[in-house]
Amino acid sequence: MKKRIVAGMLVSLMAASMVACGGASDTASTDTTSDTAAAETTEDAGSDDAAASGDLITVGFAQVGHESDWRTASTNSVQAAFSEENGYDLQFVDCDNDSATQIEAVRQFIQDDVDYIVIDPIVSTGWDTVLTECEDAGIPVIVIDRTIDDSDKYVSWVGSEFMNEGLAAGTWLKDYAAAKGISDLNILVIEGSNGSSAQIGRTDGFKKIADAEGWTILDSQDGDFTQDGGQQVMESYCKSYEGKFNVVVCQNDNEAFGAMDAMKAAGVSYGVDKDVILISFDACKAGLEYVESGDINADFMCYPLQGEYCADIVQQLESGATVAKQTFMTEPWYVAEDILSSITYTNNAGEEVTEDLVVVTDAASQASY
Amino acid sequence: MENFKKLTKQPLFLPIFCMILVLLINLIKSPAFFSIKIQDGVLFGRLIDILNRGSEIAILAVGQTLVVAVSAGTDISVGSVMSLSACSCCMLLAGYGNNSVNELMVPMGIGMLFGVLMGGVCGAMNGALVSKLKIQPMVATLILFTAARAIGLLLCNNQITYIRYEPYKYLGNFLPGCPIPTPVFVAALVILIVTILLKKTALGLYIQSVGINSRAARISGINSDVICFICYLVCGICAGIAGIVASSRIYSADSNNIGLNYELDAILAVALGGNSLGGGKFNLAGSIIGAYTIQAITTTLLAMGVSTDKAPVFKAIIVIIIVVVQAPAFKAYMAARKAQKAHIKEAA
Repeated sequence: MKKRIVAGMLVSLMAASMVACGGASDTASTDTTSDTAAAETTEDAGSDDAAASGDLITVGFAQVGHESDWRTASTNSVQAAFSEENGYDLQFVDCDNDSATQIEAVRQFIQDDVDYIVIDPIVSTGWDTVLTECEDAGIPVIVIDRTIDDSDKYVSWVGSEFMNEGLAAGTWLKDYAAAKGISDLNILVIEGSNGSSAQIGRTDGFKKIADAEGWTILDSQDGDFTQDGGQQVMESYCKSYEGKFNVVVCQNDNEAFGAMDAMKAAGVSYGVDKDVILISFDACKAGLEYVESGDINADFMCYPLQGEYCADIVQQLESGATVAKQTFMTEPWYVAEDILSSITYTNNAGEEVTEDLVVVTDAASQASY
Repeated sequence: MENFKKLTKQPLFLPIFCMILVLLINLIKSPAFFSIKIQDGVLFGRLIDILNRGSEIAILAVGQTLVVAVSAGTDISVGSVMSLSACSCCMLLAGYGNNSVNELMVPMGIGMLFGVLMGGVCGAMNGALVSKLKIQPMVATLILFTAARAIGLLLCNNQITYIRYEPYKYLGNFLPGCPIPTPVFVAALVILIVTILLKKTALGLYIQSVGINSRAARISGINSDVICFICYLVCGICAGIAGIVASSRIYSADSNNIGLNYELDAILAVALGGNSLGGGKFNLAGSIIGAYTIQAITTTLLAMGVSTDKAPVFKAIIVIIIVVVQAPAFKAYMAARKAQKAHIKEAA
């Protein structure tokens, strides 16, 4: 008897956990099955008038995961752009940073015969086979954010040009130092996760300017894009380079928050007209609030809202137009002071561009993600 | 010579030796590593960093040592449980769905206690699975290893929850007017309480007996299951405390990153402390020294500015050397060599 009760409880527990674990990813698959079931019934009935659901454009979206606020903002923007009110039926799969799951999700989309597939590839290689399958099935693939290196069987890519973010940061520092009359720049860099495209682009872009200007980059270490990582690296920097640095570049806002705490604890002042010029990337809401208060001198945005761009591409494809293979999103550069209004630099594509600098206001920081 | 031999036979000799080895590298490389001064009213120096940053691993190592001793298995869920406890604490303080607050919904103490309690609940679950249902420790704790972090993320509504409330930072940073980082006190307190528990009661002895032979222990009148359960419970509570400290450091609950890979550091600390991962006899002090050794390695690599992509390689090399030096097979080989040398000498 006792055993039976225990067994019964275990079974119910498992069932409950399955329901609980379902969450985002499973809802997608259950939705899919019900959708296909619905599609089959309509086919069987052979009804001429397209059902209400037939008017919706079905889009499958295989997202990386949910590791940061930035990612959440990206997910939300795609979900908002492909909402039912806008005439879409979105199947969303959160792949939890597992590339096998992601490829599986794409195959599921092919089976469900969606109209478009949107992928934020977890890894940049190993895509050719599955993208060929998409092509054979006649489903256009749109890639966002991260890149696919070993296949060109997608119609378009939307994302950020990290190299330009780095170049812009370097150019801003050059002009800012000139405007403030600072001639000797000794720079410490807290890098992002090693090998990520954001880390590579921002490091290379900034280094290009630094080398051209002959600045000293004292050190460049990995803060892993986390607040704790940034804090730990900065704590160490404050000891190794005590009184020798006047610029700190953090490759995302979270690292900057950690670095600020570490500098505060070590008695180093930072921000507008202080000992250390602090530069950050990402420009999330909390980051911009620090720019507004003058704790961060400049913040270079990494725009997470690819949704609108994706929807644009889908609309263009629907109307039969051709789309650009690559779309770089416009990314604003935020600063704390209005002594510079714009920067001019040669971007990664080799074009000389002049871009405006935005002085952060309360409205701007609240509007950010 | 005799004295030296006696010294090397001490159970704590090797852990301390390894610690000194790491510090020695720094002494040769740059003596500035050891400078400590007062700056801005607080102690400032790399040794302080080691004590401060090593606190979480030390707290985890305390619980992990007991688990290893009693069940000859490891609790691999501690890192995830840290994240869960941080998330539950911040969720309660901020209120569900808010991602940044300046004022608390409930008193800070209640939030922190709740976080520690969640750690305890996780520990109790692991303990029940291992002691009552006799599931392999690694499999039993694998459940929370995967689930706890995800539950934390759900509690925080898929975002990083910030508690921008000054006193919340005290636990992970400095108390106003106190020159020593607070985590050092927390670690010391945890170590003190557990040590008293082990030394002043028979619990330590019971844990060893159960670890060596749980059936024999039961026959001699010890409730093996309860002892095992208690160890996992303590381990969970330790993970909860470590989670709150880690969260207070960054005044937020970053469910994806708090405690990431800390279970490995905790297990390594136990191994570096000269404890057998096969259970039975254990040495708490060794594990704690092991924990600070790991942090010393990290701090050393940061101080030397080892290029970030190479840092794990150096860490691995140091760990391999330390573990090899402590391996019984290596010790036996060294002893045999010595005997052989003595033999040759004698023959000559």
